[in-house]
Amino acid sequence: MNLTLRVWRQAGPTAPGRFETYEAKGVSEDSSFLEMLDTVNEGLIGAGHEPIEFMHDCREGICGTCALMINGQAHGPAERTTTCQLHMRTFSDGDEIIVEPWRAAGFPIVKDLVVDRSAFDRIIESGGYVSVATGSAQDANLIPIAKDSADIAMDAAACIGCGACVAACPNGAGQLFTAAKLMHLNSLPQGQPERYERTVAMVEVMEEHFGSCTNYGECEAACPKGISVDFIAAMNRDYRKALSRNRRSA
Amino acid sequence: MATTSAPARPARSGFLLDLYRSALGKKYLMAVSGIVGLGYVFAHMLGNLKLYQSAEDFNAYAAFLRRLLYPILPESGTLNLLRLVLIAALVVHVVSAYQLTVMNRRARPERYKGPRDYVVADFAARTMRWTGVIVLLFIGYHLADLTLGWVNPAPSGSTPYEKVIASFSSLPIAAFYLVANTALGLHLYHGVWSLFQSMGWNNRRFNHLRRSFATGFTLVVVGGNLSFPIAVQLGIIS
Repeated sequence: MNLTLRVWRQAGPTAPGRFETYEAKGVSEDSSFLEMLDTVNEGLIGAGHEPIEFMHDCREGICGTCALMINGQAHGPAERTTTCQLHMRTFSDGDEIIVEPWRAAGFPIVKDLVVDRSAFDRIIESGGYVSVATGSAQDANLIPIAKDSADIAMDAAACIGCGACVAACPNGAGQLFTAAKLMHLNSLPQGQPERYERTVAMVEVMEEHFGSCTNYGECEAACPKGISVDFIAAMNRDYRKALSRNRRSA
Repeated sequence: MATTSAPARPARSGFLLDLYRSALGKKYLMAVSGIVGLGYVFAHMLGNLKLYQSAEDFNAYAAFLRRLLYPILPESGTLNLLRLVLIAALVVHVVSAYQLTVMNRRARPERYKGPRDYVVADFAARTMRWTGVIVLLFIGYHLADLTLGWVNPAPSGSTPYEKVIASFSSLPIAAFYLVANTALGLHLYHGVWSLFQSMGWNNRRFNHLRRSFATGFTLVVVGGNLSFPIAVQLGIIS
């Protein structure tokens, strides 16, 4: 299949950017979106041009590194799919495809389609952990965990931190990411001792970098892991409890 | 190896101030003030249904509101307290909305350059800021029309019933009421659902009821409100 790409090119964080048009010819519909970009880059390098910079790592949909706004949708038109798992058969011969980086104040552009997502790391640093004595692994099932708690925690832990929620949100809000990371730990017994301190700390850091929630649900629709906005409600509840909690009661 | 101490957390300064400082808290306060507004618009619509009974019933209801809890409180005392609560809720709601909007614009300083459309957000959700402003302007006009009587077409000294009829008999005023209440309906449709999220009232066994409640509440309140100017225009009430 033959495609016309309009790709955002930007030399550096403060350089002005623009769309460049590239023709991608003879693209296999079995190739992934990133493989298609690789092919375009080989052509660019062969012709002595700068290749298009984009983020990628595992290419199997589990690491959360790839991140492209494709035709106005985070990770492209396919549901619950990362960019690396998006196959070219999703498109039709002759399509024009517009490729942009994530755009948010919390995700400054580094170059072309590459953005700096360290704001997510700042949120994790502020509370996305449990303080435990490390050492050899303890016996399995030493801490009993109810099946539904484990299921909820697992649903939240599915977040790969790609930032599609922020990219898709009209407010550039990081609620879905933060809520997933919070409720992953807040749902489990190991997360209870630091539950409310963690909630306040992570919410505060989130708000330094990102916008606020207007309950549009665009994040859930864009999330390649289908994280539910239910977690955002749970975060709101825990945050309110954290501020109103009587710390002297058990 | 150098060690650094954990960054100092801002001092806690009371539940409401702490809440207000954060965006999550502002959303929470918007939900609470929204709930106050919901109670109000529901009671307001219910009370105004007396337009369909008779002029005497409607005027008696207006007089009753002034004597609510009398003689425990002085005449109009309860009414004025309720007005204060409503004004406070409105101020909290509008100021929070403004501040959150500013924050959200800052969080996406540069828009996407390619065309983009929403995937799941409905019309009501996307127009909250617009419908909110329309409702706010409407509240101003509505108070000047029927509470303060500044712009009411009826001669001074008219009964509440006569003022309503005088206002709604004018086609432009009736049309404005229809537009404003449609905006209120859109605002309620998203707001009522949204408040459950902001309050953290999320329970998978009951979540499907949140949308039904929002739709039902909106239809009842806005249906009632829209019926009044239409009934006057059609001559059902005169």
